[in-house]
Amino acid sequence: MFVKQVPDSAAKITVENGVVNWGDAPLVINPWDEYAVEAALLLAEKHGGEVTAYSLGDENAKEALKHALAMGCQQAVLISDPALANADTAAVARALAAAAQKDGADLALFGKQAIDWDSGVTPSMTARVLGWPALSLVAAVPALDPAGKTIKVERAIEEGRQVVESRLPAALSIVKDYAEPRYPSFMGIRKAAQAQIPSWTLADLGISAPANTVETLEISAPPAREVSNEIITGDSPADIAAKLVDKIIGEGVL
Amino acid sequence: MSKFFVFIDQFKGQALPASWEVVTAARQLADQAGGSVSALVFGPEAEALAQTAIHYGADEALACADATLSDYRPEAYTSLLAQLAKEHSPQAVLFPTTTRGRELAGMLAIDLESGVLPDVTAINLQDGKLVATRPIYAGKLLAKVVCNATPQLLTLRARAFGKPAADSSRSGSVSSVAAALAEGDIASKVVDYAAGDGRVSLGDAGVIISGGRGVATNPNLTPPAEITDAKEKEIWLAHQGFALLTELAEVLGAAVGASRAAVDAGYVPYAHQVGQTGKVVSPDLYIAAGISGAIQHLAGMRTSKVIVAINKDADAPIFKVARFGVVGDLYELLPALTQAFKERLNK
Repeated sequence: MFVKQVPDSAAKITVENGVVNWGDAPLVINPWDEYAVEAALLLAEKHGGEVTAYSLGDENAKEALKHALAMGCQQAVLISDPALANADTAAVARALAAAAQKDGADLALFGKQAIDWDSGVTPSMTARVLGWPALSLVAAVPALDPAGKTIKVERAIEEGRQVVESRLPAALSIVKDYAEPRYPSFMGIRKAAQAQIPSWTLADLGISAPANTVETLEISAPPAREVSNEIITGDSPADIAAKLVDKIIGEGVL
Repeated sequence: MSKFFVFIDQFKGQALPASWEVVTAARQLADQAGGSVSALVFGPEAEALAQTAIHYGADEALACADATLSDYRPEAYTSLLAQLAKEHSPQAVLFPTTTRGRELAGMLAIDLESGVLPDVTAINLQDGKLVATRPIYAGKLLAKVVCNATPQLLTLRARAFGKPAADSSRSGSVSSVAAALAEGDIASKVVDYAAGDGRVSLGDAGVIISGGRGVATNPNLTPPAEITDAKEKEIWLAHQGFALLTELAEVLGAAVGASRAAVDAGYVPYAHQVGQTGKVVSPDLYIAAGISGAIQHLAGMRTSKVIVAINKDADAPIFKVARFGVVGDLYELLPALTQAFKERLNK
């Protein structure tokens, strides 16, 4: 399963000369990835198997991996190579796919997106590189047969709930409905603190640097919005409501 | 001549409204670039949807109603998209930013050795290339990005490119195309489906009424005696509060949203969550009731055109982004607001 290290969602994010800054806010495991870690652990507990957490990034990303280890993952691997410094999502997907293949994974689990670049395409892209079915927005796995190489998932799609059967191996993106992520245990935290996390380069993965096609030209702060605040007061709720409705209708948004 | 492909996202033969926004945006790009727009329509009702795409501005449509595409399955859809892109060499393939749109854009990028620019809110044509602006960190920053491969693959955020207008007198050719994969080549199968509650979805909504922790704090209500558990009492209270939001939402044809705090407290399902770890929305009108305005929530709704905040705490950060604010009790104000809208809108 794959995790990413991101600034805390409460961070005040700014940019200066194209460099993103999150002040003294902590780096944390991407909140959506915690659901994927939980799903992976539950599946391994029920059906057997081991859970390895992978993260692509610099040394900082080891913190996200330690969090995954503290939650109960058996192994963690950092994928780190200077050639991946400005990797776009396609390049990231090719590196993650190589890692899944190297370890002979049957299932690849992802959070649905990362809260930094909000792309939401890495899970399906990785699936495509691997040639595996992409099963997204998975809220439950009612059946998994590792020997028979089949899986049945329940997807929380915008239109409702959909049950999909698929062959294994497969790549899943997990949504919040799956299960509340467990807190790292005291023993888990100790184990994670002592864990040696191997670092793999592209050469270790047996691939050359994937081509980058997406180029970031500029990062900027959004234009400040001039909001003229107006507090509506009145003699009674009905009076306030009537005034507010007039104001809203006056804005021409209905 | 540059050709712009537009993928029409549909579910069970119904197109998602965001698809027509993308056709409209592609039309403008094609007019600027001196190019054409081709709509790609797969699945049930493909031919009818193809005609609608032409009414919204496509020059032609490629339609495939093959049974293997009846249910959306990413492999089957991607393979056909890749095949058509190879045959027609479009300059760009544009998708709506829906779950399916994002997924397909990503997978197609792998097949075509290109990259994807997801969730784009603005496009400039520069030297024949599409330079896209996309919000990152839930809109706390903007990134200007370009894809240096062809075709360029973009997903366009709903409601960012203006309202589409159909012209039923427009005509264009519709070509039927064959599926790229046979049933036996597709690894997954949809075996069951249960429709959701059918309410307006957050992404498409022009108006959103959201509730936060405050909806569970009505001092004038007493939960029934048979509820003894404190947590259940709180949820009962929250449900009464959200019922008021829902009544107002029905009058305005609005979607119901919620803050992360309200979702985490178990008041409403996650599908309603607005914010950095929920849905990022941009409606014309956003009414926040009992929401204090944590930075994660503001990130998810601050680009709404008109924001109205109702909160008892006059110092709540939500008031800083609100065009109109009411410092008061949502339990008193929401029913009055529902009534006032009913009268003014003759409902």
